[in-house]
Amino acid sequence: MKEILSGNEAIARGAYEAGAKVACAYPGTPSTEILENITRYPEINSSWATNEKVALEVGIGASFTGARALVTMKHVGVNVAADPLFTLSYTGVNGGLVLVTADDPELHSSQNEQDNRNYAKFAKVPMLEPSDSQECLSFTKLAFELSERYDTPVMLRTTTRISHAKSVVELAERVTGLAEPQLVKNPAKYVMLPGNARGRHYLVEERIVTLSKDACSMPINRMEMRGSSIGIITAGVSYQYVREVLPEASVLKLGMVHPLPFDLIREFASRVDKLYVVEELDPFIEEQVKAMGIAVTGKEILSLCGELTPGRLRKGFGLPESEQSAVEKLPGRPPNMCPGCPHRGVFFTLNRLKAYVSGDIGCYTLGFMPPLSAMDTCICMGASIGMATGAVKVLSPEERKKVVAVIGDSTFLHTGVNGLMDMVYNKGAATVIILDNRITAMTGRQDNPASGHTLMDDPTNAIDLPLLCKAIGVQHIRTINPLDLEECERVISEEMERPETSVIITDKPCVLIKREGVFTRGKVLAVDAENCTGCRACLKIGCPAIEWVPSSGKKGKAHIDPLLCNGCDVCRQLCKFAAIQEAK
Amino acid sequence: MSDKITNILLVGVGGQGILLAAEILSETCMLAGFDVKKSEIHGMSQRGGSVVSHVRYGREVFSPIVPEGEGDILFGFELMESYRSLTLLKPGATVVANDLCIPPPSVLMGQEVYPADLAGKIAERFPDFILVDGQQIATEAGNVRAANTVLLGAVSKRLDIAENFWLEAIERMVPKKALAVNLQAFAVGRSLA
Repeated sequence: MKEILSGNEAIARGAYEAGAKVACAYPGTPSTEILENITRYPEINSSWATNEKVALEVGIGASFTGARALVTMKHVGVNVAADPLFTLSYTGVNGGLVLVTADDPELHSSQNEQDNRNYAKFAKVPMLEPSDSQECLSFTKLAFELSERYDTPVMLRTTTRISHAKSVVELAERVTGLAEPQLVKNPAKYVMLPGNARGRHYLVEERIVTLSKDACSMPINRMEMRGSSIGIITAGVSYQYVREVLPEASVLKLGMVHPLPFDLIREFASRVDKLYVVEELDPFIEEQVKAMGIAVTGKEILSLCGELTPGRLRKGFGLPESEQSAVEKLPGRPPNMCPGCPHRGVFFTLNRLKAYVSGDIGCYTLGFMPPLSAMDTCICMGASIGMATGAVKVLSPEERKKVVAVIGDSTFLHTGVNGLMDMVYNKGAATVIILDNRITAMTGRQDNPASGHTLMDDPTNAIDLPLLCKAIGVQHIRTINPLDLEECERVISEEMERPETSVIITDKPCVLIKREGVFTRGKVLAVDAENCTGCRACLKIGCPAIEWVPSSGKKGKAHIDPLLCNGCDVCRQLCKFAAIQEAK
Repeated sequence: MSDKITNILLVGVGGQGILLAAEILSETCMLAGFDVKKSEIHGMSQRGGSVVSHVRYGREVFSPIVPEGEGDILFGFELMESYRSLTLLKPGATVVANDLCIPPPSVLMGQEVYPADLAGKIAERFPDFILVDGQQIATEAGNVRAANTVLLGAVSKRLDIAENFWLEAIERMVPKKALAVNLQAFAVGRSLA
């Protein structure tokens, strides 16, 4: 049967067909939909983990019992999971273990564009790289087989244009007859103390040499011979751009990008006059080909930064570019917090209080955008709290008061909680605001350990954030209504003054939560044009539901779109002229 | 089947239902026996940012994104986003745009002005231009939320795919209770082009 699937859907299907029994992940664009789609297959135990390190550990535990396990994450998630990954390379697996890394060249939705092919080389594990959805499915199945055949975790790397592109896929049945999971005691293989690990290291090095040799005859690495003037080594989505732009070129298409099939590369190089590597980001293949003593052109003509496109490839190869009509500069349309978003009032207050905001990763990173303009740093998941601790260590007592860390509920539980333990332990005098909106919102409303539901939508234990903070040893914990501006300003300014660790937790849910009884829309508001003086105070919160309607000169009035307004009431609190009231 | 690839761009504002329209379009192409690829960026799409979805079909499609300056058809759900995306089109391309203006944040705040007469400017550059009042027509058909289907109907007339494949794709993708309204909206859209 044929279906149109995204790369992510196809990976989920591939894991199902391969007989996977466990799937685990922390959400992150562009990887999130793999686990969301795997819930369609009740044969697989699927769950959101608190972070990527835990997700991989869950996968390892399942693998060691003999089950096939899929673990997925975005590229920066592998940084978090790197610790178990590097030693898993030594232990190898029992049931196949596939780790998907979804990279994001061009930073469509990320804080950096690191090239995770380097992880495969660094951890000495094989990595497959599909070029479309059909390959996402078939490579996922192959990855499980290779994992068991070579006793190694296998990484599967996608990029945004593979994860989120849809193409036609042929489906098959789920394999049967895999061994039932059971406890296996084999300490020499699974207990990585120095005495055991030393021996395992030799096996890792032998494994990569064997894989490189075997890769020369794997059908996923194939020569497509056309003309002999130009030969291009490529993989992943870059292969598609090569076929689009240089249809006459011979191609060595690599389905496995680590280890490289050195003999096959030598043979291909000998059959073409001029050799190129077309790859996004780092010269990962190019440098290894050069180290073989083969002349090759790559990053001299293609950028180290951003993703490839057909146009960028044309430019690199000096081909004529399509004529594009120019358009004058238009007002931009950046993403924005939703109408009624519970984060808006907090960032409005932090801006008013001139706080130095140590930020984190989530929807609330949009608090950086004008007119809220209340975020001063953003590095990675969970960093806000540790960075606040670092800053207050060295600032004057007066400046110290300004330091506020903001972090979402899911990000706090991901890695922020460790930062808070450190802050309490080392007596860091900063204010931490946990923006608890009951969901992992930015990636599309995923449940988390504080939301009370699992990935499968089953009710479960919910972590009590104030109690958790209390257990850690925070002495000053306050819960506020983030939609009450007076309360926000009073509580946040009091805690900023306090020369000790304090935690403020907001208690209003994300407006996008669809689960019954969580978010309730308030009474829709409207502007009474009679009373509106055009002072623009309500525009300072940047709500998409409030529009400035100009009249002559600088004059004008505010208008609230009744279809967009969620009735959060924040704008009404800013109007000194009682011009904003419940809509009639 | 010829080797020609048809390149379609669907553009608008996050939350307008662009992704579903692109799904119906891709499904139609597959049912008609074409190879098809569809690509877009998720993540920010619910936060009111610009959204561009690429759909390409033909005998064999390689790149999942439309090569720069090679768009055959622009399918615009909002006027300024339609105008902004003209740069992606080849000369002589077809533009089907919804007659709807959604002000971006800087306009809402009174810092910038929403550009005037965008429909006129599009028509000047791309004479094969169909302006559709999707909201009005969908309301008349029974539900304002079927506006995208009106546009889909208008676009369908410009593609070399028989009507029965469109109807089958709509039946597969649209929830049962909204089907009648959407089929009506599609028929009206088709009569406009």
